[in-house]
Amino acid sequence: MSKRIDVGDLNVYYGSFLAVEGVSMAIEPRSVTAFIGPSGCGKSTFIRTLNRMHEVIPGARVQGKVLLDGEDLYGPNVDPVTVRRQVGMVFQRPNPFPTMSIRDNVLAGMKLNSTRLSRNDAKDIVERSLRGANLWNEVKDRLDKPGSGLSGGQQQRLCIARAIAVQPDVLLMDEPCSALDPISTLAIEDLIGELKKNYTIVIVTHNMQQAARVSDRTAFFNIAGTGKPGKLIEMDDTTKIFTNPTVKATEDYVSGRFG
Amino acid sequence: MSVATKPAPPAGASSLAQNQLPRYTTQLVLVLSIAAGAGLSALFGGFSIVSFAVLSVLAFLVVNTVLSGVVEGRRKAKDKLVTGLVYTAFGIALVPLVSVIWSVVDNGMARFSIDFLTTSMRNVTGLNDQQALEGTAPFIGGAYHAILGTFLITGLATVISVPIGLLTSVYLVEYGRGRLAKAITFFVDVMTGIPSIVAGLFAAALFAVLFGVGTRNGFAGAVALSVLMIPVVVRSSEEMLRIVPNELREAAYALGVPKWRTIVRVVIPTAISGIASGVTLAIARVVGETAPLIVTAGFTSSINNNPFSDWMMSLPAYVYSQAMRPLSGSSPQPSFDRAWAAALTLILIVMLLNLVARLIARLFAPKTGR
Ligand SMILES: Nc1ncnc2c1ncn2[C@@H]1O[C@H](COP(=O)(O)OP(=O)(O)OP(=O)(O)O)[C@@H](O)[C@H]1O
Ligand SMILES: [Mg+2]
Repeated sequence: MSKRIDVGDLNVYYGSFLAVEGVSMAIEPRSVTAFIGPSGCGKSTFIRTLNRMHEVIPGARVQGKVLLDGEDLYGPNVDPVTVRRQVGMVFQRPNPFPTMSIRDNVLAGMKLNSTRLSRNDAKDIVERSLRGANLWNEVKDRLDKPGSGLSGGQQQRLCIARAIAVQPDVLLMDEPCSALDPISTLAIEDLIGELKKNYTIVIVTHNMQQAARVSDRTAFFNIAGTGKPGKLIEMDDTTKIFTNPTVKATEDYVSGRFG
Repeated sequence: MSVATKPAPPAGASSLAQNQLPRYTTQLVLVLSIAAGAGLSALFGGFSIVSFAVLSVLAFLVVNTVLSGVVEGRRKAKDKLVTGLVYTAFGIALVPLVSVIWSVVDNGMARFSIDFLTTSMRNVTGLNDQQALEGTAPFIGGAYHAILGTFLITGLATVISVPIGLLTSVYLVEYGRGRLAKAITFFVDVMTGIPSIVAGLFAAALFAVLFGVGTRNGFAGAVALSVLMIPVVVRSSEEMLRIVPNELREAAYALGVPKWRTIVRVVIPTAISGIASGVTLAIARVVGETAPLIVTAGFTSSINNNPFSDWMMSLPAYVYSQAMRPLSGSSPQPSFDRAWAAALTLILIVMLLNLVARLIARLFAPKTGR
């Protein structure tokens, strides 16, 4: 199920603006990789290139290679829709579909694609995904109620359930906890620990403790100044990044002595 | 910064509290001003509604503001003055609306009845009207054929305009970039401003070319109304589609849903309540069009339920013909009564459509709550 990602010398542009320059990295399967770095350094931009979500923005384009288990995401004849079915994404703000019930939100990946599902399969998927997202006990009695009636933390876990319901190989999370309280955050961190057994997980976070708690490897991004492209400064085991980084800027950033 | 401008509060009083008029003051002033307005109006040149209203409002504004200024201070006084002015403006805006509805209801009730709604004008002549006025025969003649025509023509116009309008707005919001989208937006804006008679002449000319000069039927009327409806539908649906949060589209894309499915299954359902009420309001807007229907659908006094052949009556055309060409030149009152009753029917239909629009908006609105 879970797949590895290899990025080779990737540049990302918004129109003519070079937002991220020269990123190369390897992301291991069944592991959690955290991206940290100051605001505006291109973490979101970069993570969105891992499932071609940046293409939604007019003018955004990439140069370079992203290999998913050796297959180039940007090869000719690759359909971004197929890519996104294998590389799921959870966003910063919870975004359940307001017209759908909790159940339909979980099944959205199939329903929106009109995949045929037997009642039993649907039931199983809903339960498995909601259990996987640690939400089952809270919502099992109100599956037919609208998803927008949940609390923010519950909505975010619903979005995670929705993302894992389609069984992707990789799960990308862009600041999944930044709108949440500490308890929901903890619930999601526990969940990430669980999910890592089956998925490759990439998470963007501004919370150093969170990166230290959940991730196996950490990548530090930085920019030289406004208008300059963001770059990958250093990527290593999380313990190494937080205790003994090779680059001075990383040390300054993780110890809070930055800027 | 000097703090001396503010008098120290008297001992024991809260520094947050200040002089305040009792709550019922405004109502009291209002009642008194109305009384004063009536009195003054009677004194100066005899009572009249207009001078009564103007004097009462003036008295109220002056007294209420001055009183508040003296007791409560400048800020509150200004607040009361502006509040008063806003209410006055609202009242003035209401005057034409209420008087239109009043005169239509008042005049329309004379002939408005089940009988009026269920019979046509077939074989009704000026002679019938004269006899009815003399009391030797009942009033006959109704607007059933016109109501039917209005429903058929606007229904057809809706069937034509909604797909075109909705698809155009989807194109503009989801796909349109650059020149083509700009051009479409421009032409839609131009179309919004087309005088309705021009739309009618366009449809008439189109049908003259296609089916021979002088072709008039309900369908031609529907085409004319579509020309008027499409820009309204495009505009309102465009607004509605634009306010669908991008995050929902991204959520769908991230699940591996293709763009067209995202539009059909996520974007449009999320916006459907707004789109539906926009469409209903567009219908309400064209249902009363007269000129384009007169030149395309024509007049008739009998029931025609085939919009693709023969002339077809509509309510606005009915009002027009009854008011301008009474059946009996010497005793036109029964025809005028029918015109008013048809106008009343039209207003009721428009009100009903507005209610339906609200209902639809409520029904389709994304559900919240547990
Ligand atoms: N849609 C866009 N169009 C043009 N430029 C963009 C767009 N989105 C982001 N950028 C630019 O790309 C750069 C990187 O932005 P990005 O959102 O990736 O930063 P980030 O690291 O995710 O920041 P944060 O931590 O605040 O989320 C910024 O300079 C930003 O202004
Ligand atoms: Mg970001």
